[in-house]
Amino acid sequence: MKFFLKKFLDLIPTLLGISLICFFIIRLIPGDPVLNLVGERGVDPVRYAEMKHNLGLDLPIIQQFWFFVKNACMGNLGTSIVSNNSVWAEFIERFPATFELGMFSLFFATIIGIPLGIYAALKRNSFFDYFLMGTSLIGYSMPIFWWGLILILLFSVKLGLTPVSGRIELTYDIPVMTGLYLIDTLQSEVVKAEGFAPFWSAIKHLILPSIALGTIPLAVIARMTRSSMLEVLGEDYIRTARAKGMGKTRIVYIHALRNALVPIVTTLALLFGSIITGAILTETIFSWPGIGKWIVQSITSRDYPVIQGGVLIISFIIIMTNIIVDVIYYFLNPKMR
Amino acid sequence: MKQFFNELYFELKKNRGAMIGIVIIILSVIIALLAPVIAPHNPTEVFSESLRLPPSFIEGGKTGFFFGTDDIGRDILSRLIYGSRISLAVGFSVVILALFTGTLLGVFAGFYGGLVDRVIMRLTDLIMSLPSILFAIVIVAVLGPGITNAIIAVAVVAVPNFIRIIRAQVLVEKNKQYVSAAKLFGAGNFRIMFVEILPNCMAPLIVQASLGFSDGILNVAALGFLGLGAQAPMSEWGTMLSDARSFIESSPWMVTLPGLCILITVLSFNLLGDGLRDALDPRLKKQN
Repeated sequence: MKFFLKKFLDLIPTLLGISLICFFIIRLIPGDPVLNLVGERGVDPVRYAEMKHNLGLDLPIIQQFWFFVKNACMGNLGTSIVSNNSVWAEFIERFPATFELGMFSLFFATIIGIPLGIYAALKRNSFFDYFLMGTSLIGYSMPIFWWGLILILLFSVKLGLTPVSGRIELTYDIPVMTGLYLIDTLQSEVVKAEGFAPFWSAIKHLILPSIALGTIPLAVIARMTRSSMLEVLGEDYIRTARAKGMGKTRIVYIHALRNALVPIVTTLALLFGSIITGAILTETIFSWPGIGKWIVQSITSRDYPVIQGGVLIISFIIIMTNIIVDVIYYFLNPKMR
Repeated sequence: MKQFFNELYFELKKNRGAMIGIVIIILSVIIALLAPVIAPHNPTEVFSESLRLPPSFIEGGKTGFFFGTDDIGRDILSRLIYGSRISLAVGFSVVILALFTGTLLGVFAGFYGGLVDRVIMRLTDLIMSLPSILFAIVIVAVLGPGITNAIIAVAVVAVPNFIRIIRAQVLVEKNKQYVSAAKLFGAGNFRIMFVEILPNCMAPLIVQASLGFSDGILNVAALGFLGLGAQAPMSEWGTMLSDARSFIESSPWMVTLPGLCILITVLSFNLLGDGLRDALDPRLKKQN
């Protein structure tokens, strides 16, 4: 219990710091914050004063920060200059797309990475082991913004197998339920009207971006699984199990893998941050309508409330994931208790 | 010190990957230094009669342009050669900035402990909770796009790694006897920190510097690709890629080559970093 309390207390300065950074984004940009916020479309003095008051910019800075935090806690993160929608609504609209992409690529990385890592550990110092470790270092060094383009070049342009951009063919009109197309396209009304074609379309659109985004996690997971397995396989209890005449499959998959999984799970969760970084690049390449593309667009269009709110939400999500990982780790690893 | 590097070289020589990495790094340094001599053309010179020519060894290419030309008729090979200058300079600046700041803060945090330590460590937690590109985007949003701001942004993101490594090492070293001996001789805190302790923290620092180099190159190229780093006429690899995106179907060589250069450079520093880690940290070597 003390462990959790300490974790949550550690959280406070970090969250405060993040909000402070986001709070100052708008106030540090050269130029008048009001003009930055409403755009330089010519504002008359009355409206200017009104805006300034509405934004709370006429208050002392401490009070401004207090209002910012209070509003943020209530989900009020301001309005986008470009679309005039609330930042929170824009985020909610786009988040499922990124979530779907991120989960699918982590899934891809895990179901390929873990078996490869196990196999490499069992065949230590074989040709396959060296080959896999070499390839994984290439994967780890991969500039994914280039890798995505190469995948498009190969599979979309040359072979014509997969679509180039978007989440689904535009001819389908899918009613939004969860925002996850893999689920939404399976709603009974959609299946009744179009069959499974929309579902396949969604899958086809997911494949390339997931490979692009999943490559670095795949490399990390394969390496981590290998070294974690090697460490566990050298432990005394594995030798004991062998001496007892236990079958090899049982030793590897029940005794060794279960213990090797602890660091792998932690690695998986730590990859979450890099998934978001990757999503920013992958979504730009594949015109994937998620939060990564949203943030990049907000920079080019100088949509400061979106930058501010977006960064705040994303970092909040990452911090929360790290906390959840710590908790899972606590339960997985008896040594922690 | 000399013995340290001799031993390091001896260990590294046994690691084939690290040697490949070193060779590629040396080659790219030579290419970068001799860019004006090697490059067949000026990287910004426009040949308006030869737009988007394919490489000379493919049908339709011209002999003067080995890797072809881009959408406004600049020689791609020359741009790639000059791009290596930018990438190496970027990697170097990021590592120097992060190394300097990180070492300073890390030594303070480890040596003084208490409140200093807590403040510095909270700060690193804060930076580490933001994904690198996102943090860079924040900095670029405030300072404006450009290669200098991109370098600053990427260096800030790299600092926490250095702080943590140095701090951990200082915590181990500061209780050793040679430190107490130095104290007895009346050495001041700064002397103990930077003359006595710091040289003994070299090993992990070197590894992190090599890995930081590849991270720096990769992140600045990514920012260039997003239009937030190096700007248009500059022949930075990431920026070249983002310009080439719209021609992916008609002129794939414009996309393939700059990315390949980024991959090879980043890979060589990662190979070296991995090799250094194996050579300097016997405990890790056993595992991997």
